[in-house]
Amino acid sequence: MAAQRRRRTQKPTKDELLGYYKSMLLIRRFEEKAGQLYGMGHIGGFCHLYIGQEAVVTGLEAVAIKGDKRITAYRDHGHMLACGMHPNGVMAELTGRQGGYSCGKGGSMHMFSKERHFYGGHGIVGAQVPIGAGLAFADKYLQTDNITFTYFGDGAANQGQIYETFNMASLWKLPVIFVIENNQYAMGTSTERASSTPEFHTRGAAFEIPSEMVDGMDVVAVKEAGERAAKHCRGGGGPYILELLTYRYRGHSMSDPAKYRSREEVQKVRGEQDPIDMVRVRLLALKSVNEDDIKKIDKDIRALVNSAADFAKASPEPDVKELYTDVYR
Amino acid sequence: MKFEVLMPSLSPTMETGTLTKWLVAAGDSVSIGDLVAEIETDKSTMEVDAQEDGTVLELLVAEGSENIPINTPIAILEIDGDEMSIPASPPPEVVTEAPPKTSEVITEAAPKTPEVITEAAPPPKVEQPHGVSETLRTDVRTALRDAMAEEMRRDEMVFLMGEEVAEYQGAYKISQGLLEEFGERRVVDTPITEHGFTGLGVGAAFAGLRPIVEFMTFNFAMQAMDQMINSAAKTLYMSGGQMGCPIVFRGPNGAAARVAAQHSQDYAAWYSHIPGLKVIQPFSAADAKGLLKSAIRDDNPVIFLENEILYSHESDVPIDEDFTVPIGKARIWQQGNDVTLVSFGIGMSHTLRAAEMLRDIGIDAEIIDLRTLRPMDTATVIESVKKTNRCVTIEEGWPVCSIGNYVSSVIMQEAFDWLDAPVINCTGKDVPMPYAANLEKLALISPNDIVEAVRSVTYR
Repeated sequence: MAAQRRRRTQKPTKDELLGYYKSMLLIRRFEEKAGQLYGMGHIGGFCHLYIGQEAVVTGLEAVAIKGDKRITAYRDHGHMLACGMHPNGVMAELTGRQGGYSCGKGGSMHMFSKERHFYGGHGIVGAQVPIGAGLAFADKYLQTDNITFTYFGDGAANQGQIYETFNMASLWKLPVIFVIENNQYAMGTSTERASSTPEFHTRGAAFEIPSEMVDGMDVVAVKEAGERAAKHCRGGGGPYILELLTYRYRGHSMSDPAKYRSREEVQKVRGEQDPIDMVRVRLLALKSVNEDDIKKIDKDIRALVNSAADFAKASPEPDVKELYTDVYR
Repeated sequence: MKFEVLMPSLSPTMETGTLTKWLVAAGDSVSIGDLVAEIETDKSTMEVDAQEDGTVLELLVAEGSENIPINTPIAILEIDGDEMSIPASPPPEVVTEAPPKTSEVITEAAPKTPEVITEAAPPPKVEQPHGVSETLRTDVRTALRDAMAEEMRRDEMVFLMGEEVAEYQGAYKISQGLLEEFGERRVVDTPITEHGFTGLGVGAAFAGLRPIVEFMTFNFAMQAMDQMINSAAKTLYMSGGQMGCPIVFRGPNGAAARVAAQHSQDYAAWYSHIPGLKVIQPFSAADAKGLLKSAIRDDNPVIFLENEILYSHESDVPIDEDFTVPIGKARIWQQGNDVTLVSFGIGMSHTLRAAEMLRDIGIDAEIIDLRTLRPMDTATVIESVKKTNRCVTIEEGWPVCSIGNYVSSVIMQEAFDWLDAPVINCTGKDVPMPYAANLEKLALISPNDIVEAVRSVTYR
């Protein structure tokens, strides 16, 4: 069950490309705004930005159907926006306000939307992985056609509970896609320094879980790989592993000076592999899309993000009575 | 010469066994290692080997005999070698059938001192049915099984997962028969990976199922602590009320007998510390059943702490399938005027025994079984202390940051003016559990400790 690395084969339509572009740009602009608000003191605590990794969730959300579930760790803003959660609710949670998805009680790392089947937002590295398999267990138990996208990073990939989960997911043929977002740094430690085998997709082999390594900066390649994985899972084939090679432009969190890598390394990825630039170029190569169309999209998304920021600042802090609500139901 | 075959001890907590089947008859010759009998213990059915070469002279107990105390002669062999004498109990070596696949607890058929067991677990004498007319004498083990079976029949979303719960029928036989009735979809054997399967159970609960996760013992749940606390207990709050986690974590907790430090620990205080969890530690079979049913129906994560030594203890259990016991209500076992004794779980065994000793010296104790530790029914305790003016708490766990400490602080804040003496917390000793029989006995609480504490608070 060797992992494969495939070249993309499909030619996406204009509408598909426009969809990817809007989704990725929304995440990029949202995260930039979150960074600003953090700097201004509107957002507290930990705040982990997804800038650079937008193609991963965007490509995979393109293959999700109604009822599919998703779960991730704490670098989660992009996942929420990509699955259709409203920027206002996400941003207001970052500012700790009543209008946030968790009424201000979860913050950046702990947000959920039952309606959108987004199961968090988890602050403990790796803990979301067995939970994701449990979501898939429920779908199998209830005999639905749904699957669960369980995201984790290269850092979490060394946690023991990941392998306990691989074992059970394969043993019980659970419909779960394990999405390893390899952004090459577990906080400040590069994969080479933390992992005896940095090719994480190969780690499913011991459990007979098929896997692929994918260019996670190319949204079309991600979507194609996602289609193969989803087909496998929905068909009763059990779990599937996708390792997405990606890169985060910003620090691990807002307080990370990123001394562990050079500015040049970051600039090189930004300049040569930026997922949003890549799609913009493809769009402009189509005769039917021009610079003005792109500018219009950019403007609309800026407006959406600005209004989310306004909402997040204007929304009141939670009522003090909320301190004692939702401990039990 | 004659050699007595004795009823062997086949588990750390076994007191008696049933001789289900003889595999030899009088007149048969046997060699060391030959199977001679099948014995059912509190946990499983096991085969017993011959310990000597010889000829079976006489079978002393009939097939199907129940409750045969360990070390009772069950057969006589004529053996070769006249230099050997009839051994005194216990038999020199008890060779059991191949150990079960996974459980260290079960494979350790440690010999034990009977005093530990009898003292630790007297049968409850003041048990009252809960105002329900029809009851059946039932042991805790069966009560727990029935509770799960009834709730699984009632709600398709309820399923059981854990190590050895299905084909093995439960390491402690709690899930006996469930696989047969509900099938492998709903009774799920897991690998020995507590961290992983606990997280998986939490995810299933987030998605709307109602898992019962059995830990073979709560000692092993420490591997899964992060999922129980960070994921199960906190997510409702962190999600602003969106994501419930209706899940029960259950299994034996606390000291069994002679299984030493890593397998003998009471987690009552640990879990009771956590907002978002409910924590139950029942004593009687009726409460075990009624509270487990309530736990399964509850929409919150519930820690359900059982006790291996109590599994075989019987009480009258209502047979009505709608019988439940509310979470968060203490039970007054015995009314009294001189002192309030507050305990729960196995601590109640020691407390009831102590209460008898106190009666003999003229002290009339009121006994409260907390049953639920979180949310705790402190109102019942306060009301009692206002009557008796004295209180002793009893638990098996360690003294620092114990349940008794919390009860004491509530009494100080809410009934300080009614107290005629400081509250004393009787707890296990502040040491890891030793293996040696005499040391283990010293480490556990005893009725004498309770009597001493009561004499101190009543100045008698």
